Amino acid sequence: MRELSYREALREAMAEEMERDERVFLMGEEVGHYNGAYKVSEGLLDRFGERRVVDTPIAETGFAGVGIGAAMVGLRPIIEFMTWNFSLCAFDQLVNNAAKLRYMSGGQITLPIVFRGPGGAAHQLAAQHSQVVENLYAYVPGLKVIAPATPHDAKGLLKSAIRDDNPVVFIESEVLYGRKGPVPEEDYVIPLGKGDVKREGKDVTLVAWSKMLQVAQDAATELAKNGIEAEIIDPRTIRPLDEELILKSVRKTNRCVIIEEGWPFAGAGAEVAYRVTSKAFDYLDAPVRRVTGEDVPMPYAKNLEHLVLPNVEKVVAAVRQVLYRS
Amino acid sequence: MDRDVMLLLYRDMTRIRRFEEEAARCYTRGKIGGFLHLYNGEEAVAVGSILAVEPTDYILATYREHAHYLVRVGDMNAAMAELFGKATGCSKGRGGSMHFFDVSKRFMGGHAIVGGHIPIAAGIAFASKYRGDQDITLCFFGEGTANMGAFHEGMALAALWKLPVVFICENNMYSMGTPLYRTLAVGDVAVRARGYPMAQEIVNGDDVLEVREAVRRAAKRARTENLPILIEAKTYRFRGHSMSDPAKYRTKEEVEEWLKRDPIRLLADRIYDLGIASEAQLKAIDDEAKHDVAEAVKFAEESPTPAPETLFDDIYAEEQPVPDVEKVVALPRRASAGA
Repeated sequence: MRELSYREALREAMAEEMERDERVFLMGEEVGHYNGAYKVSEGLLDRFGERRVVDTPIAETGFAGVGIGAAMVGLRPIIEFMTWNFSLCAFDQLVNNAAKLRYMSGGQITLPIVFRGPGGAAHQLAAQHSQVVENLYAYVPGLKVIAPATPHDAKGLLKSAIRDDNPVVFIESEVLYGRKGPVPEEDYVIPLGKGDVKREGKDVTLVAWSKMLQVAQDAATELAKNGIEAEIIDPRTIRPLDEELILKSVRKTNRCVIIEEGWPFAGAGAEVAYRVTSKAFDYLDAPVRRVTGEDVPMPYAKNLEHLVLPNVEKVVAAVRQVLYRS
Repeated sequence: MDRDVMLLLYRDMTRIRRFEEEAARCYTRGKIGGFLHLYNGEEAVAVGSILAVEPTDYILATYREHAHYLVRVGDMNAAMAELFGKATGCSKGRGGSMHFFDVSKRFMGGHAIVGGHIPIAAGIAFASKYRGDQDITLCFFGEGTANMGAFHEGMALAALWKLPVVFICENNMYSMGTPLYRTLAVGDVAVRARGYPMAQEIVNGDDVLEVREAVRRAAKRARTENLPILIEAKTYRFRGHSMSDPAKYRTKEEVEEWLKRDPIRLLADRIYDLGIASEAQLKAIDDEAKHDVAEAVKFAEESPTPAPETLFDDIYAEEQPVPDVEKVVALPRRASAGA
């Protein structure tokens, strides 16, 4: 199968959906003439023109709201945040408007809109440019939240998100943009809310999404050297969560470690842990453990940044704890 | 001025006044909960504006939007039922006073975060331009909005992209309990339009005919030239910010002065002057409004509350069949450890 980068896969998803549906357009800072701050939208302006690839001023509240208004009356906007950190300027638009317009209008409004862009920590970008926001958005009923880990998933999920009639928060990972992986030539979509078994194993279930999948995979390789077979579940969609897939795996392995980049307090991993504990309690041979980012704003210094993020050592240690082999 | 138009303006303003008065009574009787922001005294703005545009033009308003709904949609029963939190309400009892919607009539809602709907209005206008439709968008907001970031961003984008939207500031002189001079560095909200830049106009918001003429001109320009405009209508809120506000921050003299400029009274006087209708004829219109309001209360009282099993309805749109392809191509999975 051909290999595409995560960035190319996302671009292909947008291009195909724009080709397919005149109502789909892309809007955001630098998406057009600059060809995308992270080059995800490279070439789309040349292909689709200024009507459908719209550069905006630095005005997150403004253009997020414009997207919502356009979606209210039937267009299907893709709104790019240059990074999800900046979405916090538009938090009111996403939480108070996008998530709630359908409900508070008694079902009269359909809001087919995708908000997308890079999230999570990159390399030494410090506190305001390195944070995980999926927990903030997954908290809100009315939004769907996606965080793909591979080029294949990124393309299939973005196509589904664009076709979905709900507001979707689509969080890419800045450090994955250049990562390559197999992507089919044929048209395909991946249903939202369906997780994926990224590796099969019998001894412990690792739950990881976005770039934490790589940490989980590296940890699994490391654990395998000592005969520990980890199963990796990538929920892909944080809301709605593919609870059944996670529970099924835990019922098989009887142990669970959740790896998430974000802060520990009230994180999505806490929700996963709660569900596993309350719905598969009888299958557990050890308390569920989480490996999370540390509870601190992201420091700039390289050595400190390294201390904050989950890594293979932390995951291996957590797995050893749930296996009582520490 | 057309006789029928004058009477229609009078009728709609009267219906709003009677509706709001009855809503206040129902609120004090405990029939209506939450916040209740009434429009008494500002009727000329909603009526003059909305009757100046086409029924296919979009309307957005704030949390003080009963009037705009009544002018555009006119369904008093659905409005009152919504205030009562009933299933027959215009938002099925999900929205309440601050979130009336009727998308079928292009009434795109009451929005309760100050300024949050301004970019949305620009977005609806963006869609009209994107599709090449002739529809324009009317967006109402209060003067307190003029300091919000969303106001500036929405206006800036509307001006930058030349979107067909008419922004109408309902300047009732008070942002909740704080008078304008204590919140706005510039004297008039309309002045703010200069920086975007955008056309601006200040009108007497108590004069329904003046409002109507200004919005007609603005709408024509928006429709034919895709140019947004900011109209500031100076008016006055007869009651407090909401039912919980006794409005003690205003002097009795000030309120009495404004009551003399009651927009309904002003229109009635003009109707008499022009010999369009007699006092008895206007009283008949008023009686009909009162009758309709009484019927609406009856309808709301008798309507069912939303069924508990519908609590989780309408959070998400139903799954849509994917039109062209719905093929999932699975990738080969890594088999097991060490692979």
